[in-house]
Amino acid sequence: MHLKAILTTILCMATLWVAMPAHAQSAHGKLIIALDHFVGDQPLITDTVTYKNALGQPFTITKFRYYIGEIHLYNAKNEVTICKQYFLIDEDEPESKKIELKHIPDQEYTSIELTIGVDSASNCSGAQSGALDPANAMFWAWNTGYVFLKLEGKSPISASPGHLLQYHIGGYKTPANCIRTVRLQLKKPLNINSNNQLHIKVDALEILKTPTAIDFTTLSSVTDFHYATTIADNYADMFSIEEIK
Amino acid sequence: MRSKALAILLIMSAGLLGFTATNKYFVITREDVVLRIPKGFPKPLYRFKDNKLTPEKFLLGRKLFYDPILSKDSTISCQSCHMRIAAFGHSDHALSHGFNGLIGKRNVPALQNLIWKDTYMWDGGVNNLEVQPINPITNPVEMNESLAGVIKKLQGNSQYVADFRAAFGDTVVTSEKLLKALAQFTGLMISADSRYDRYMNGSDTFSTSEKSGLNIFRGKCASCHKEPLFTDNSYRNNGLQPDTALKDKGRSAITGKDNDDYSFKVPSLRNIDMTYPYMHDGRYRKLRNVLDHYGNSAGYCSKADKDVYKIGVLTEQDKKDLLAFLATLSDKTFIYDRRFVDPFLK
Repeated sequence: MHLKAILTTILCMATLWVAMPAHAQSAHGKLIIALDHFVGDQPLITDTVTYKNALGQPFTITKFRYYIGEIHLYNAKNEVTICKQYFLIDEDEPESKKIELKHIPDQEYTSIELTIGVDSASNCSGAQSGALDPANAMFWAWNTGYVFLKLEGKSPISASPGHLLQYHIGGYKTPANCIRTVRLQLKKPLNINSNNQLHIKVDALEILKTPTAIDFTTLSSVTDFHYATTIADNYADMFSIEEIK
Repeated sequence: MRSKALAILLIMSAGLLGFTATNKYFVITREDVVLRIPKGFPKPLYRFKDNKLTPEKFLLGRKLFYDPILSKDSTISCQSCHMRIAAFGHSDHALSHGFNGLIGKRNVPALQNLIWKDTYMWDGGVNNLEVQPINPITNPVEMNESLAGVIKKLQGNSQYVADFRAAFGDTVVTSEKLLKALAQFTGLMISADSRYDRYMNGSDTFSTSEKSGLNIFRGKCASCHKEPLFTDNSYRNNGLQPDTALKDKGRSAITGKDNDDYSFKVPSLRNIDMTYPYMHDGRYRKLRNVLDHYGNSAGYCSKADKDVYKIGVLTEQDKKDLLAFLATLSDKTFIYDRRFVDPFLK
């Protein structure tokens, strides 16, 4: 016991000695990204609020879930800090809409890049846990891969049973690669220690809007590779920088 | 009265002795889970890299494989359709029945040598051995359960919680642990001790007919059914007329390419004698019917693979010899391997 205590003390001191100068050189902090869900200019409220798509067709939203990850932070010199982690964002789980990136070098960042979806390697890695646990019901078993985004709702003019709208988009390879990466310029430099809260607006209407305006009478459901990239091209621009706090 | 009591006592002690002996039979040692690559086999594609083989994980995987708890109403286990006595295929079932007697649309593939694949299922839709079982578990006509449902049942079962702790060091049941344990069991199902294998390594001989069958096989079949795995892991249209009721287009549902319409996985032929009926939809009851199909190009559908056309005519003697050869691919060592026996028989 005695020997163990001495060894532990030496080890702790050694760690301190090694860690301190390094710590002084580059401090780290955390970044909180808040994803604020909207439908156009209105906050997203599930079930009860009726919205209109780009063609003026009415609809409600019952489910909105998606993966983001591979977050890249760029400083003014275009040097990059990469967080490889994936996050499952779910409108029904308020906590999921606030993600925390830890151990971010304390620098000034001028732009952020993020991926909607899950990269090819993570789609082929077998059983995983956490955000990528297949039990999260964002996984296709018959054609292995994650569902990147689910947008579900109802529209009285949908031809699907129960007037449902169901867009389940995924696929990391041909014929439908639905991974989309976006880079957003920050409105002002983001400093990890002083203003580390980034609010990103996520506009669900964009999924149905540009470049292809979705017509609920002809395309009320996408659940495999047919039309998947049409929706993916639409969701590529659903993020925009709202504010930095 | 006394003699009756004595008899009961004797039976009980005999049972106890038997039980101890049987228990040993079901024990899995460190030695039992060593991955041994058979001579002449290529490097495996699934390498247990992030799933280090241990007796405890293998035991958990074996128990899960044989336990109907994976299905919604605890009626269907993996072995319901992957029967050991049928070389882990489904004897005498063209299409198999699952939850509530519902019937699937494809013939059950026999399990063996799964770590030499990087895609699974008849259409190759699954890209990793570990995630394959999610299909039968969640398919409404197979086990009709959700992963979340299975996890909840296992977490509520104290014996399973102990099994998960023994295997993974903690008591939290997750889909990742469940799937990795299953992959240890199915991944170690290696079949490489058939008479063909023994003939190849010089420890057995072939009859004239078997030798002739092997020669014909190498000339006409081996471009797809490549030795020693007896598959090249490709997807091909084998010339079968599409089944108008099943409407199964196979590989194209995954790739989206019209050229892949009616293409299916080239199955391994190991243990083929034990895995009747045949073809992706189980349409042929006998191996003989399969040879009749391949030997008759006039009956092929329009988009048959070019290698299928190369088979040409098969004479009656060719077919007899081929059947004799194919029977040498049966591996009794594999199906009687105690490691793969149902532990609930214990």
